[in-house]
Amino acid sequence: MRFVDEFRDPEAARTLAAQIKRTAKDAPPMRFMEVCGGHTMAIHRFGIPHLLPDNIELLSGPGCPVCVTPSTYVDRAIEVARESNERPVTLTTFGDLYRVPGGTESLEDAAGRGLDVRTVYSPRDALKLAADNPQRDIVFLGVGFETTVPTVAATIMEAREQGLGNFRVLSGHKTMPLALRALVEAPEVALDGFLLPGHVSTISGPGPYRFLADEFGIAGCVSGFEPTDILQAILSLAEQVVEQRPAVENRYGRAVRADGNPTAWDVVEAVFQPADSQWRGLGMIADSGLAVRDEWQDHAATPPEPARQSLEHDRCLCAQVLRGIARPTDCALFGTACVPGSPVGPCMVSSEGACAAFHKYGTGHE
Amino acid sequence: MCWAIPAQITEIEGAVGKVELAGTVREIGLRLIDDPQVGDYVLVHAGFAIQKVDEQEALETLELFRQMLSRSGETDEIR
Ligand code: SF4
Repeated sequence: MRFVDEFRDPEAARTLAAQIKRTAKDAPPMRFMEVCGGHTMAIHRFGIPHLLPDNIELLSGPGCPVCVTPSTYVDRAIEVARESNERPVTLTTFGDLYRVPGGTESLEDAAGRGLDVRTVYSPRDALKLAADNPQRDIVFLGVGFETTVPTVAATIMEAREQGLGNFRVLSGHKTMPLALRALVEAPEVALDGFLLPGHVSTISGPGPYRFLADEFGIAGCVSGFEPTDILQAILSLAEQVVEQRPAVENRYGRAVRADGNPTAWDVVEAVFQPADSQWRGLGMIADSGLAVRDEWQDHAATPPEPARQSLEHDRCLCAQVLRGIARPTDCALFGTACVPGSPVGPCMVSSEGACAAFHKYGTGHE
Repeated sequence: MCWAIPAQITEIEGAVGKVELAGTVREIGLRLIDDPQVGDYVLVHAGFAIQKVDEQEALETLELFRQMLSRSGETDEIR
């Protein structure tokens, strides 16, 4: 595939890996966190850890949207369907969320009891369901970061243009920079650099991450998702650390412009406004979420908070894994009680959760 | 979940375009990018084009790799 295969060239990858080794030679240990779940997946899939010198360690961060979504969100989604309403409700969701445990049950469990839950590839598919089923309320479960929010905002606009009042969104959307700020302000693990999210930065640009270097002296580099993209970004981080000049570099120029995609962000700002948001592992972070603006409330689903706060499974270390203070293999349930076929926590449910990536590619078992 | 795949726009009708992804033709929303044209490579995420692929930038990165490879070839010979 064009713009994919060229960036998988094994020769170039080997040469980059050799350059990383040369750069990091004699340097003290470095710890880099990959923020994006897509990076976690790609790093393990392509065996990147095996290409790095011993003094460079990669940790997974809070960038798997489903993993950081608290179980109360699932409870609220099920609550929406229970709401007494003039129309019966169909819940629509990206597949990754389907099996995430809520306080009492997952969407999959709820579907087993007869709740109408459909997985979709795009919010546009949910809108089409709304057009085809005027007798039902179609509620889209909006989970995801800067990459995904514009697609949901644009779909809400289309719903209004098409007069589809039966399309509503339960927003669990989050934005990334304030989560990284929370992570570095309460440091539990010393980080030397961040592999910054590629497609989140496609929308926001690298600018919102500048504080990491300016205020905290931490290196940063925006990375793509192919092996040479990731290795280039790690090389940049290693160079920044060794030369002691932390910055925000961009090694994904084909997808990330200096100012991101302002057109897409305008669509987001028309429909959403910042709101406090609860993150699994990181807790409540002010203004790190996005709520539907008043003008668009007719397309918002606003269930009451469930009376009972749901408890997370007490032996699941997902919350620690998301902060980089535990590795999946530190969890007693990893690979035994918790496997992709019957996952205990969201880090194993989500195809891009760190536990799922470690399990699938056997990292930590060598 | 923030996965986005490069694909080429083959048709445009209003704010909707068509791309071929893994052998199937898919409709994508185009309202998140400026001035989409048939033939453009775009990044597709959740049924929308979220950015045009900057072909010039891509070629420059690949050229960088080529230079790096030829340099590493030279050092190998010297050794
Ligand atoms: S292996 Fe399972 S139980 Fe353990 S931290 Fe990961 S998701 Fe949680």
